[in-house]
Amino acid sequence: MTRTSDLSELQAMARTVRRDIIEMIGAAKSGHPGGSLSAVEILVTLYFDVMKHDPANPAWPQRDRFILSKGHAAPVLYSVMAESGYTPKDQLNTLRRIGSIYQGHPDRRFIPALEASTGSLGVGLSLGLGMAEAAKLDKSPSRTYVVLGDGEIQEGQIWEAAMYAGFHKVDNIVAILDNNRIQLDGWVKDIMAIEPLAEKWAAFGWHVIEVDGHDIVALQAAFAEAEATKGKPSILIAHTVKGKGVSFMENNPKYHGVAPTKEEVELALKEIG
Amino acid sequence: MAAKYELKLGAATREAFGKALVELGKTDENVVVCDADLSKSTFTHLFGKEFPSRFFSCGIAEANMVSIGAGLASSGKIAFVASFSAFVLNKGFEQLRVNVAYSGIPLKVVGTHSGISIGEDGPSQMSVEDISLACSLAGFTVISPVDEVAMFSLVKQAAYHPGAVFIRAGRVKVPVIYGPDQKFEIGKGIQLTEGTDLTLISTGLMVAECLKAAAALEAEGISARVIDLHTIKPIDRDIIAKAAAETGCILVAEEHLVDSGLGVRVAQVVAETNPCVMEFHGINNTYAESGLPEEVLEKYKMTAADVAVSARKALARKKG
Ligand SMILES: Cc1ncc(C[n+]2csc(CCOP(=O)(O)OP(=O)(O)O)c2C)c(N)n1
Ligand SMILES: [Mg+2]
Repeated sequence: MTRTSDLSELQAMARTVRRDIIEMIGAAKSGHPGGSLSAVEILVTLYFDVMKHDPANPAWPQRDRFILSKGHAAPVLYSVMAESGYTPKDQLNTLRRIGSIYQGHPDRRFIPALEASTGSLGVGLSLGLGMAEAAKLDKSPSRTYVVLGDGEIQEGQIWEAAMYAGFHKVDNIVAILDNNRIQLDGWVKDIMAIEPLAEKWAAFGWHVIEVDGHDIVALQAAFAEAEATKGKPSILIAHTVKGKGVSFMENNPKYHGVAPTKEEVELALKEIG
Repeated sequence: MAAKYELKLGAATREAFGKALVELGKTDENVVVCDADLSKSTFTHLFGKEFPSRFFSCGIAEANMVSIGAGLASSGKIAFVASFSAFVLNKGFEQLRVNVAYSGIPLKVVGTHSGISIGEDGPSQMSVEDISLACSLAGFTVISPVDEVAMFSLVKQAAYHPGAVFIRAGRVKVPVIYGPDQKFEIGKGIQLTEGTDLTLISTGLMVAECLKAAAALEAEGISARVIDLHTIKPIDRDIIAKAAAETGCILVAEEHLVDSGLGVRVAQVVAETNPCVMEFHGINNTYAESGLPEEVLEKYKMTAADVAVSARKALARKKG
């Protein structure tokens, strides 16, 4: 698909991506559906509207950079990259198989168009800061987008990066926090509460935008606000539902890292439409 | 000889670790456990359910967890910290070095999902350098149990070991090698089969592959000794020196980077005692990939058949 700002086209793409995610993880019989589904609108809005990039020329120096710091949500990234034309769509269902380019976590050895190999939580924001600083040095308009998990920001390195970005006024980076309130072993509030989020990030010098992470129009506006914000890094605190779009996965910690069965795949596909 | 081992599939070593923790918790209220959002995967959730006040949820923050564990241990607690091997060692290495090893604190560190046999999740969650990292911590004892029996026994011993300990555990179910009455002693390897032509030395899940390889070699008229080095550091010098002297040929097989794991440590002992022909079987300077565990092990040559190939190569060199 070519890039568009049209809401119904983006919504249709979100449905396609949700179907891809369910089919891929169903075929693999392992993987992380919950955190892939919660980030669908975020990645669709970025890849098909907001980001400047060229799937025919992945090494274009002035492209915007995207890092899926919560790498276990690889299926959502693989889907938008395949639907954008970076990688073959017909191989999506080889996810996690030996030899597949669609590795369990994003792997640059297999997909050179990936900006980062991720899967160890907590490092993506710092990596993105390096890319953002390089763009400034090169006087490039390139912007860097980093998607973080809400469990992921328990890692100390995230706050080292947060402090750096505020201090150095890195205004060409945007963090997007997929605030789905669930991590691996259960609810974030029960494992290591992270609230108050807006106050924390603001205290570190960030421009904070709270947004419904499933509302594409609201996301478009939030990304525009981030781009218009100078002298400060921006973070979208995206309020999302883990497992969004599949009733039995929504808000269900079980589906953090459990694949749907064959029957569940059919049920899920019917619900997504 | 090697054929006497039935190698029936048992529990994963991570599960035996979790069960041993619960036993320890029941008999000693000094035992405490720290987790970094992987309690269901490391099986520390069993302890957490049973003893919630002695279970410390640290969130996804391994470095912080290691130092908290060190603080607990330095205050007289028998403290365990656990995560995937890749995360607890890599993220917590500075803390392990300064707060634990250098400070002489007897923290017990457990890394599950070691090696490449975790399969589908791929290299970011795999750990092919953990033996190297753990052994580089001065004063650490490094243990890599082969099956549920060994893990259960060695975790309980590690708890009362005076120094810091790292225990390497795996994700997948592995064959049971030891009977329920087997005795284990930290620092003492176990000779599993007699053998005169060469010795296969291994640790963790590769021990079962060595036993299978030995059975295959036996059918070819080759007599292979098999040794389980469940303790990698301090290494059992006597069992190695004896094998070198008596068989004159040693192959070390490991699910780890070949140039920085068990093999090089065995080689040091061989060089210092009874130099003999050696070959090294492991992962060569790479990070593997996703796939079913058995497919990944096959692609990266971690099967009995691959061990047998290396064994024949070693023997050919011995014969000159
Ligand atoms: C450093 C590190 N520690 C632990 C893990 C294991 N792990 C994978 S996903 C996950 C939970 C992530 O939760 P969150 O960031 O909220 O992601 P989401 O809810 O979006 O799936 C954990 C602990 C990891 N991948 N990396
Ligand atoms: Mg979450």
